Amino acid sequence: MKADGDILVILAVQFAIIALLSLGGANAVLPEIHRQAVDLRGWITERQFADMFAIAQAIPGPNVMIVTLVGYQVAGVWGALVTTLAMCGPTSVLAGVLSRTWDRFKDAPWWVTMHAGLVPISVGLVGATAIVLLTHVAVQSIAAGVIAAATAAVAYWTRWNPLWLMGAAGLAGLV
Amino acid sequence: MLVEQKRWMTAEEFNEIYALCQFLPGPNIVNLAAVFGSRMRGATGAAAAWSGFLVLPFCVMLLVGMLYLQYGDLDVLRRALGGIAAWAAGLLIATFAKMATPLFRSFGPAPFVLLVTAGAIGVMRWPLLWVMVVLAPSSVALAWWRR
Repeated sequence: MKADGDILVILAVQFAIIALLSLGGANAVLPEIHRQAVDLRGWITERQFADMFAIAQAIPGPNVMIVTLVGYQVAGVWGALVTTLAMCGPTSVLAGVLSRTWDRFKDAPWWVTMHAGLVPISVGLVGATAIVLLTHVAVQSIAAGVIAAATAAVAYWTRWNPLWLMGAAGLAGLV
Repeated sequence: MLVEQKRWMTAEEFNEIYALCQFLPGPNIVNLAAVFGSRMRGATGAAAAWSGFLVLPFCVMLLVGMLYLQYGDLDVLRRALGGIAAWAAGLLIATFAKMATPLFRSFGPAPFVLLVTAGAIGVMRWPLLWVMVVLAPSSVALAWWRR
């Protein structure tokens, strides 16, 4: 758990790049975070990634906070601070600046076209996240697959509060 | 809260900003806080709203991270987290289905682009940067051509 400078720089650069590519939000880039942190650099294990995803979804607050957990695991408190700032800082500046001039070009043809071109990509990225989660989360046991399928069905077709399901899923995991 | 309780912005304004933030890169809800702050009080307001929005979740996550490092191997916690991870994956699948349904109803390149993206990242596990460098301009070009 040593927070030497090199690792902090790597974390800052990697997560800033990931943030700038995260069309569709934090859930769109989970496969890339997984690829970097688990497959490429071995910072965290497969199981830790699944746990951190579960924690970040279950605890109130933005889902993006999974990067705080990853950063903490890699390089302690400084790591957590660096990944969180890299993930949330640059893109917020971009959003703030764009939103000021946005009124002028929101109906311009080039903007409309760009929007139409990028939306399917952002949805595709979330689909990729679903694939990665299924192959790494649900395959571990039949019970987990059943929980995932049931949650997806209920969340898609009903308006039940998902937190009830979470409680049930956590208990089901214990049995 | 911003619209109904404080009347800081109209519902219309909120919807527009929300749509923009969903589209822009970065965590949507954090972007929204920054954009809202900047509309209210310029750069200072943006910084205030942004940090106000992140400080508490950050501290909570730090605490949870410490607890996880300490107790993450407990059998009870392991199993509960396994169930919750499956739950969270299920939620994400539902979110994806809701986003994808309207795209698949439309004609044109959108469903194709969606599948290629999901395959390249989810199945092939190619690096996000290169996939985006190739796919983003192609998809925008397709949209331009189909216009």
